[in-house]
Amino acid sequence: MSETTGMILEWSIKAAVVTVICLIGFAYTTYYERRFLARIQVRIGPNRAGPWGLLQPVADGVKLIFKEELIPQKAYKFAFMLAPILTMMPAIIVMGVVPWGTEVQMFGRTVELGISNDLNVGILYILSVTSIAVYGIVLAGWSSNNKYAMLGGLRSTAQMISYELALGLSFLPPIMLAGSMSLADIVRGQQDLAWYFIPLLPTAIVFFIAVLAEVNRSPFDMPEAEQELVAGYHTEYSGMKFALFFMGEYVKMFSMSAVFSTLFLGGFAGPWVDQLPWLGPIYLLLKIIFCLGLMIWIRATLPRFRYDRLMGFGWKVLLPFALINIVLTALIITLFGL
Amino acid sequence: MSIYNPLPILKGLWTTLKSVVERPVTLQYPEEKRVMVERFKGRHHLRRYDNGLEKCIGCALCAAACPADAIFVEASENTDDVRFSPGERYSSTYEINLMRCIYCGYCEDACPTQAIELGKDYELSYTEKRNSIITREGLLDQVPDGGAPTPQKVEPGKFDRSIPDMPDPK
Repeated sequence: MSETTGMILEWSIKAAVVTVICLIGFAYTTYYERRFLARIQVRIGPNRAGPWGLLQPVADGVKLIFKEELIPQKAYKFAFMLAPILTMMPAIIVMGVVPWGTEVQMFGRTVELGISNDLNVGILYILSVTSIAVYGIVLAGWSSNNKYAMLGGLRSTAQMISYELALGLSFLPPIMLAGSMSLADIVRGQQDLAWYFIPLLPTAIVFFIAVLAEVNRSPFDMPEAEQELVAGYHTEYSGMKFALFFMGEYVKMFSMSAVFSTLFLGGFAGPWVDQLPWLGPIYLLLKIIFCLGLMIWIRATLPRFRYDRLMGFGWKVLLPFALINIVLTALIITLFGL
Repeated sequence: MSIYNPLPILKGLWTTLKSVVERPVTLQYPEEKRVMVERFKGRHHLRRYDNGLEKCIGCALCAAACPADAIFVEASENTDDVRFSPGERYSSTYEINLMRCIYCGYCEDACPTQAIELGKDYELSYTEKRNSIITREGLLDQVPDGGAPTPQKVEPGKFDRSIPDMPDPK
């Protein structure tokens, strides 16, 4: 087997594995959310399908596959079909640059855990790819030919664009500390210094809030405000196309948790990870579960923001705060000579 | 709550976190069943005396009292050879339409012999409409220990009063 074939094979397998992890992650994020939310609300949650209800996501999936798929007569069909794919895809491909660990020896090859750990524009890649998801939502809202969907889509655009600024600015302090845009370098930087949420706590908080808004989670779940907009941009979607939106949302939660863990919680780093590289994915997964737990906990606690407050908060608080954080980080770097 | 003041938000987060360790209030329904309160009014029962005779004497006062017109009673004559209840008559047909019943308990109040009582049963679903009418056989209690099933053959003249003397009327 030539070197090129081997490389193509290795990368294809890794991509498939990461995609499968994302999809399983999606399924069990919904389960995790339902169980954790239930416990917060002093209920039990789904516990009937399989042991401890572990087959609940499978049952939900089977149900959605067999549901009838409706397309509104006056919908713009091409965009209507394209929108769920556009929302779903970026969520998964973000995982392409998230490092899962260092290198391991497998089948006589040195295999890097993660698809493209050392991509030198990793952060730019994340920023640009996550922005694509907005198009999916806008297209879904517009092509449905439904006023609720339209309003949901518009709100979503406004929200995601506003919070993307704070998000983008919060990417900068870790980059400044690590001196690199590659996520692998950022993880290495954290192994040398400390997990970045310690020196960069305000940035981590701003980042987390912006991520909540970016993935349309409560209290920023404006685009799908049930009480006002039926189901927001996916009002007209049913069956597997609805499932794709649902999947997109949860996979994005999952992958943004992975990004947050990598930037601020040390990524795959942890005790003995240098000796046992296979601990890397486990550590990263634990950190992702922790972040998802935070998101669910916040959802269970906070009510939804009013739309104007949401915008005001994004532009008047988060954005200046993120800018100040950059200045502070620069000061810290200069003062301590990091 | 102002979004610019994080303290109430943190307090709220603490409150929700505390409830995680609380015991869930959910009942695993088909396996565990809720114990109903003392005054819960569920499905009706037709009671029996200790010797097994039915308390219902077929007077249809319950049907008269029923605001939803859910009860239908048809009475027949008792004889000492074929005796269902004390006194002259018993209810040969007793039907309650559960779709009409509003579980108000007026039938209970109207009954001169305390024959009909609203029990604690609440699992009253049925899959066919005609099963919504519950008949005498479904309403009657089990024959108590030491009693005999109805109809009974009794010694003449023993049960000639429809409403027996109640030692402690309630």
